[in-house]
Amino acid sequence: MSTIMIIYLGMIAGGILLSFIRMLVGPTASDRAVAVDTITTTIVGMLVILAFVFQRYVYLDVALVYSLLAFVGLCAIARFLERGF
Amino acid sequence: MNAKDVPHQGSFRSSLYLFIILMIIWLVLTNSLKTEELLSGLIISLLLTHFLSANYRELGLPRLRLKRAANFIAYVFVLLSEIIKANFDVAYRVLHPKMPIRPGIIIIKTSLKQDIAKVILANSITLTPGTFTLDIKDDALLIHWINVKSEEEGEAAKRISERFEKYLKVVFE
Amino acid sequence: MEFFGMVITGIGVLFLLLGNFGILRLPDVYNRIQAGTKCTTFGTFFTIVGIGFLEPEWLWKCILIALFVLITNPISSHAIARASVKIGVPLCDKSVVDKTKEFEEKEEA
Repeated sequence: MSTIMIIYLGMIAGGILLSFIRMLVGPTASDRAVAVDTITTTIVGMLVILAFVFQRYVYLDVALVYSLLAFVGLCAIARFLERGF
Repeated sequence: MNAKDVPHQGSFRSSLYLFIILMIIWLVLTNSLKTEELLSGLIISLLLTHFLSANYRELGLPRLRLKRAANFIAYVFVLLSEIIKANFDVAYRVLHPKMPIRPGIIIIKTSLKQDIAKVILANSITLTPGTFTLDIKDDALLIHWINVKSEEEGEAAKRISERFEKYLKVVFE
Repeated sequence: MEFFGMVITGIGVLFLLLGNFGILRLPDVYNRIQAGTKCTTFGTFFTIVGIGFLEPEWLWKCILIALFVLITNPISSHAIARASVKIGVPLCDKSVVDKTKEFEEKEEA
């Protein structure tokens, strides 16, 4: 059971690494913003799996608040890209 | 838009929708049925409904009818099947060694009137195979298509938006 | 039930990985957004619902988080895509048609 979960967590970590490379390389600012968007959504999934592995109900609240803050933050980044400050 | 002309029409109804949704979210978040929890949830939901209902009135949500509800459920199932198709489509294009993409940006027209219906249509288009909404202006949608099959407006609309529009039209009109 | 939850979580994780791979591999911003939005929305949805099946007491909260992701993820990607159109991020060489200018002119008419 936990072996499979560790494999899943490894796969997600690999995925985050791929997006992270795009975030470092990305030719334009929009590329980096898209990479950050993907990383945050992936981390929400990761937090829920971690909640199951450690059997902590609180982690679900963390995932919920994290996704909420990521949404607001990305909208702010998009606004900044569109017209500057 | 129409709701602004007649400000008091349907205000109670949209407040009630908002209150029920907030109460359900509260119940799921607290995950208990104690009296204190229910009471504080009730007070908070009422306060939030009082302060926020003005924003929701402008959406102009329609009256609840059996026909509308049935169409909305059918729409959800169509959307789910399209999401699953979309994912296999993207997986195929990403994993194929030659990357069979033919991207382009096109315009399609929609016949939906309400803003909320347009938002739902745009979000559905984003989640369906190969298409992505970039911008909306009145009745025109700017769409990025990963595999352009037709540049002409009517033909493209038939392939992209028609399957959702026929349900949304019944739900919102 | 446990096996079922495991399989669903596995499908979700696989699509999360594919979405991140697409971000790295596809040629321009718009194509990357396509892969990013679709695969991560679907992947997160299935991962969270799968965990909900594994731990039935958490199911309702998991569904709430999944619905929240399903609604907000397309909107935030859409905001970034609209910003890229406005500041004129170019399309890749493979593109066949670009009607952005036509759309911009519509505003003035």
